[in-house]
Amino acid sequence: MQKEMAYSFPDEVLKHVFSFIQSDKDRNAVSLVCKSWYEIERWCRRKVFIGNCYAVSPRMVIRRFPEVRSIELKGKPHFADFNLVPDGWGGYVLQWIAEMAGAYPWLGEIRLKRMVVTDESLELIAKSFKNFKVLVLFSCEGFSTDGLAAIAASCKNLRELDLRESEVDDLSGHWLAQFPETCTSLVSLNISCLGSDEVSFSALERLVDRCPNLRSLQLNRAVTLDKIANILRRAPQLVDFGTGNYAAELQPDVFSNLAGAFSSCKELKSLSGFWDVVPAYLPALYSICPRLTSLNLSYATIQSPDLIKLVSHCPRLQRLLVLDYVEDSGLEELASSCKDLQELRVFPSDPFGVEPNVSLTEQGLVAVSLGCPKLQSVLYFCRRMSNAALVTIAQNCPNLTRFRLCIIEPKTPDYLTLDPLDAGFGAIVEHCKDLRRLSLSGLLTDHVFEYIGTYGKKLEMLSVAFAGDSDLGLHHVLSGCESLRKLEIRDCPFGDKALLANAAKLETMRSLWMSSCAVSFGACKLLGQKMPKLNVEVIDETEPPDSRPESYPVDKLYIYRSVAGPRFDMPPFVWSMDEAVKILH
Amino acid sequence: MENSVAYEKATELRLGLPGIDEPAVLSSVKNNKRPLHDEKSGENGKSAQNETAPPSKAQIVGWPPVQSYRKNNFQQAKKSESECGGIYVKVSMDGAPYLRKIDLKVYKGYPELLQVLENMFKFTIGEYSEREGYKGSDYEPTYEDKDGDWMLVGDVPWEMFITSCKRLRIMKGSEARGLSCSGV
Repeated sequence: MQKEMAYSFPDEVLKHVFSFIQSDKDRNAVSLVCKSWYEIERWCRRKVFIGNCYAVSPRMVIRRFPEVRSIELKGKPHFADFNLVPDGWGGYVLQWIAEMAGAYPWLGEIRLKRMVVTDESLELIAKSFKNFKVLVLFSCEGFSTDGLAAIAASCKNLRELDLRESEVDDLSGHWLAQFPETCTSLVSLNISCLGSDEVSFSALERLVDRCPNLRSLQLNRAVTLDKIANILRRAPQLVDFGTGNYAAELQPDVFSNLAGAFSSCKELKSLSGFWDVVPAYLPALYSICPRLTSLNLSYATIQSPDLIKLVSHCPRLQRLLVLDYVEDSGLEELASSCKDLQELRVFPSDPFGVEPNVSLTEQGLVAVSLGCPKLQSVLYFCRRMSNAALVTIAQNCPNLTRFRLCIIEPKTPDYLTLDPLDAGFGAIVEHCKDLRRLSLSGLLTDHVFEYIGTYGKKLEMLSVAFAGDSDLGLHHVLSGCESLRKLEIRDCPFGDKALLANAAKLETMRSLWMSSCAVSFGACKLLGQKMPKLNVEVIDETEPPDSRPESYPVDKLYIYRSVAGPRFDMPPFVWSMDEAVKILH
Repeated sequence: MENSVAYEKATELRLGLPGIDEPAVLSSVKNNKRPLHDEKSGENGKSAQNETAPPSKAQIVGWPPVQSYRKNNFQQAKKSESECGGIYVKVSMDGAPYLRKIDLKVYKGYPELLQVLENMFKFTIGEYSEREGYKGSDYEPTYEDKDGDWMLVGDVPWEMFITSCKRLRIMKGSEARGLSCSGV
């Protein structure tokens, strides 16, 4: 007893020390040291991140961490972005808000991704949390401007309201006017996802006027070019700005007003928006281009020559999002002008066209890999690729952490040799030792998975489509990728063998999605039976999976680890393979 | 390969209880009634329950993986192109692997248009004469008019041309010759 006391610190001291530990990983490690550290840590944890809202229940979180001030939740699987998850699947936040309303009166920050947020949830947030500061709804849906009005009206100290990529029901344009005159605390406002009539511009102007700390503002498409200058002159301290529309008939006074307004923003580093661009107005940006580190032109349908001109003025660019109108020539210019480039995303302007409509090939990406040594993150849509190009890219950019390649036509081989692209992607995983995220495309055999399993030791997320020959492919990944957290697969010939042989692996991952593969209903049931810590959910919109033979493959399968047991908010087309649930049915 | 031996060993360790008829589960791939992605037929990402013909290539659900708000945005952009009053036509060139699109309203006349085409596709157009069409080059600019006929660019007045032109094609070689001699 005496010895223990000599070595132990008072709780207050430990609490103080722990307050310097911010990362979740470190906090989790601290809580495992001993029972008393677990206790102290849980009382002073202020931030919780829940990567899958069904992995744990609100009650369990509240029980363990009673003093949380900030919560982040993610709902639907990533493939929901591409319409593979049917409407009504789940991801409802209401229950979480309801329970936290009682337990966390001081909750100040809610960040949600791919969740269904109703107006009722927003109204509950507005009335429950007196110190509410940050609301981020990333890729969410289910709410309207009525819910936003409630937030605006009640949250006296709101700092951040970010609705990026969310779907909002347009009911009234006047919700912005609900921010009281006394609200001067806004730091970040992102309303870029709102449709045409949802924003009262005069209310917006007045809001911007009275918020001197506003650093980040993303307007929606309805805001016309001539209004940009008004906004910028009221907020010259902006660091991050999203324009609305960037199109208008060229008028010298409008141009010079705009150019003047931009040049007064000495802190501006990041630009986005740019719907409907008239190239003649791009030079209005030239005064700030030398300071720009991030540029999102992924909605701008401007052609390569105009893009080249703009990009050549931005030597400090670190992040560029652009449509494939940039073409190989534009990327070559990027490679020679922007030596600090870390992230490049090239989106397809005509994803469903059968013929290529632009001259963008693997050459553009190769050029960037050669010219930009700091390149870390790539998302690239193109129509042809070669193993040689991929090998070159891998050798030029060993620091890649994210590599997502989408060759638009499924199963496209190396266009030079007609071989599968196994060797190319193999080079990527072999050379890029810190690769955390990888998306595959093109013609691929089981060999590519062998490479991935052998070299992808830091890989956390893998996306696979129309690839592989047999279960061996899936087995390589599940048995080899030690850091794997998220695996999503569609249209691959992977069946029961690899899944069942690697069942234990699934408990070390956040989730596995498989659709249009060859996993049988019987295997799903077996997994559900044998692995109580996994929720095994079968999605089938046409008919119940048990109306067919057990050997019949399921349409969609979503498996995730959970300490909360099976969920009870499943729609009729989702079946849980958990034994207990089946008995209740 | 070491890995495949391990794989075989691993798959011998079944999860099922002893006595279960496991071959049914493990050989499910063979009993699979649903056609998997068949190399020859069109890519079919949908459920096999669908008895109708596999959808055409452009209709694979969720492919390419572009988020809906991006698709919606782009479609809106396409709409506003026509709303702005521009006359957008596709331009193809024999031998080039891609098409372009140009707004005919932007140009004041044939010389400007031809200059732009030359720059766009990096080739030279010959000298135009009413009688002999384009001489001095392998390429001839042609267009499809409202009646579906292929005409030589330059034969009609500019204003008439931009209202009747549906698309442009830069023809190469003998095909081009044929047009220029046909003359009305």
